[in-house]
Formats: sequence, C-alpha cells, structure tokens
Amino acid sequence: MNTFEQELKNNNFVCSSCLKCNKLVWPPSDFCNSCFGGVTWRQVEKTAKLVEFSRQGNEVFCIAEFEGNIRIMGSIKNASNLKVGQSLTLVKCDYDSKWKFILEPVI
Amino acid sequence: MRKVGIAASGLTEFSKNDSSVESLMLSAIKPIFHETKNLSQNDVDVVLTSTNANNKYLANIISELSGISPRTAHTVESLCNSGTNGIVSAYSYIASGLADVALVVGAEKNDSPGLVLEWDKSRGAYTHPIYWASMFASAHMRRYGTTLEDVAYVGAKNHRNAVDNPYAYFKKMFSIDDIMKSKYLTETLRLLDCSMPCNGAAAILLASDEIIKKFTDAPVWISGIGQKSISAGFTKNEDLTSMKSTVQSSIDAYHMSGKKANNVDVAELHDAFSICEIIELEDLGFAQKGMGTSYVKNLYDNNDKKINPRGGLVGSGHPLGATGIAQTIEIFQQLQGKAKKRQVDRAKTGLVHNMSAAATSSTVLILES
Repeated sequence: MNTFEQELKNNNFVCSSCLKCNKLVWPPSDFCNSCFGGVTWRQVEKTAKLVEFSRQGNEVFCIAEFEGNIRIMGSIKNASNLKVGQSLTLVKCDYDSKWKFILEPVI
Repeated sequence: MRKVGIAASGLTEFSKNDSSVESLMLSAIKPIFHETKNLSQNDVDVVLTSTNANNKYLANIISELSGISPRTAHTVESLCNSGTNGIVSAYSYIASGLADVALVVGAEKNDSPGLVLEWDKSRGAYTHPIYWASMFASAHMRRYGTTLEDVAYVGAKNHRNAVDNPYAYFKKMFSIDDIMKSKYLTETLRLLDCSMPCNGAAAILLASDEIIKKFTDAPVWISGIGQKSISAGFTKNEDLTSMKSTVQSSIDAYHMSGKKANNVDVAELHDAFSICEIIELEDLGFAQKGMGTSYVKNLYDNNDKKINPRGGLVGSGHPLGATGIAQTIEIFQQLQGKAKKRQVDRAKTGLVHNMSAAATSSTVLILES
C-alpha cells in the first residue's frame, strides 16, 4: 500500500502536488508530469462536479471531477433527480485493493 | 520510405476451445506458409508477437517453433490494439529498410490479464470495461437522444454479418428484440451489446514493394497510418461522446494516405461495445456528430456490409492481441475480392480502426488495393 492508498484507507483523499511548479499531479505519482519535480501530498477539496452517471440495479455510479482536474469513478448515495454538471460532495473514501469513493448530491 | 504491402494472412476460429497461446499462434501461421507461393522460413526478417499474455521471450519461441531465425523478434503489447501496433511496428521495420519481410502474429486467451488495466485506479471499484462503456453510452444518449433501440441496431447488424464469417465466435443472428431483451448489465448496456473475450489468433505477412510480388500477385498496400495515445487512465477522455485518440489518429491516417472518409469503401471499427461503433462512425467522419445511429440503421435496413463485414468484435469475439490483426485481414481479403459472402462490391480502399482501454489510445490504418 502506498501513501495515497494509506491515506485513502484513513478516509482522507489526497493528491500529489509538485513542489517545484505547484501543479496538481493526477493520477498520483512521485514525480510531476509537467516538470518532473518532486511532490508533496495535499488534501483534495470535498466538492466535485458530476461528469456522467449510470445505474446498476439500485446503485448509481458516476464519473466525478474534483478541482477541475481529478476525475474518478465512484458511487452516489441518496441520488435523485441527478443532473450532469451538478455539485457532489465526497462523503467517504476507502482502499480495499481498489480505490473507493462514495459521493452524494449537494442540496 | 519504402512502400509496404500485405502479402498473406492466416486465422484460427475464435472460440472458447482451450489451447496454449503458442499453439494458437502456430495455427494462424501455418496457412501462411502452406498457401503463399515461394515463401520459406528463410525469407522472414522480423517476427512480432502481439498478446497480453505473460509469456516471456514469446516472439523468439514462436520463431523457433516455426523454423524461423529472424533478425528481429519481440512482443508488442498495447492491450486491445496490440495487433495493429504490431503491424505498425512491422511496417516501420520494412519502410525504413531494416527488413524486407515481417510476420506479425497475435493471440489471446479468454482469461487474458489484458482484460482489466490494473494500473488505472481512477476507475475506483468500477474496473470492468462495462462501466466505462456505460459512461460513453449515457453521454451519447444524453446529448444526442440516442436510444437503447438505436444501439441494438449495431449488434443486430454485426451478428448478422458474423454468420458469414467462418472464424467468428458467434454463429447465430440476434434480432433487435433479442438484444433489447438480453440481460441488462447496467442501465445503458446489455449483454448482447458487448464483445466476448475468447481464444483466437491471427497472423499477417508484410513485405516491401521490392519483394512482395514474389509472394502474391494481388498485394494490398498500407497507405495511411495514424496513432495517438492520450493517456492510460480512462478519465482523461474529457468529452465522453467522442474518442479523442480516434479523431487524431484518423486525421493523421487520412493525411498520410490522401484519402478521406468518403473515399473508404469498407471499414473495420473497434466495437468492443455497440455504442463504440456509433461514436467511431462519427469520429472517423463517416457520419456527422449525433448521426451515427441513423447511419447504422441505414446499413442494417439495406443489409449493407460496409462497416464491420466480418461481424465486428461484437459478432466475431475479441481475443485482444489477435483482434487488430483479424480486422486488418478482413480488409485485406475485401480489397483482394476474396471475402466471399461478406464481399463489399468493388472495394478498393479500406480502413481499420483498433483502440484500447476506453479509447485512451487508437490506431487507424488505410489500406488500398
């Protein structure tokens, strides 16, 4: 388990950020994908934009975008009248061999 | 650069019959040596293997088992478009003058480690390809009003075409109604909208224009190549109604060949899922944005085999490393006029589209007789 996954398991969604050019590096890496500078970890904002969604049975899964750059797939709980582009908030993240993200609509 | 052409090909049936990757590859290579005039093992300068299997030193093993001692032998892996990546690599060896004759053979088993890209953690718990395909389908439906019935026309057309392909995984037709009633895997994707992982192999022989007439009187030339990788993580394709890597690949392939979509007589498109064919028809310039559905319905209603005459991936099955080569073989046979019941009349120019991992990378080839 790497630092990112350990933090995820602690319900803390972080991302690597370049120490040299301040770029947010996604997916997480030990090097900046712009200038190859070293990175540090910083908290990702909790609010995301709903990019797209579908359903599998009663479960809603989606692509959510954080800070205009970080896209992940996760599930949405308490989903009703969803609209692409609306705001979601990250309510839980976890790691159990896979990254897990649970979001819900911002009302 | 020297001109490079296709001289010969070989296929195995796509099936769930158990066999080793080596045996599958040799089964596809065998007809090339049996049916190609003047070809001996000593003619082959390059052997490339295309697979996601974890077999090491495979191209050298296949060379030894085929009695070939090539100058160059190695594996090419790029998930679902490994096959056309192998062909482009072979093309480059020949065009540059490093080789005269190259054999590219691809094979996969139905439990291939290439079915899920473990590295792409951004998919979260949704690692299976049905989830990214559902995102593309939902996006296209939302923007263009595409319906599940529109998508079913792709499967019905391609399954009907596959009935005339003796190597196809599926041997039966499925009606629009069959597809509409097949199991829903997600809200926007049914079982019969999906290609099936299976066992299979395909092999193709490329040669320079200086030597190719020794092997065939009807070579098919590779006149255009476009390739683009935008990322490995699938979430980098920003607009889910389009495949960015496919758009760029087609621009480059059309430019290199001097052809446009309206010059293409027959095409193989990478329909890993039925929705992909609709999007690709639009991205490759066959249909305007949002009009891929009516383009497909027109093909279906007129029994027009122009797109995916061998049945696409949905009808033929999808042995990853073999798929791009099998697609190219179909266009090779079409342009030679040897596609039998699948033959598109007077086909002179063809297109192959092969992509990987939610279209994070694509290859487009233009072939001409």
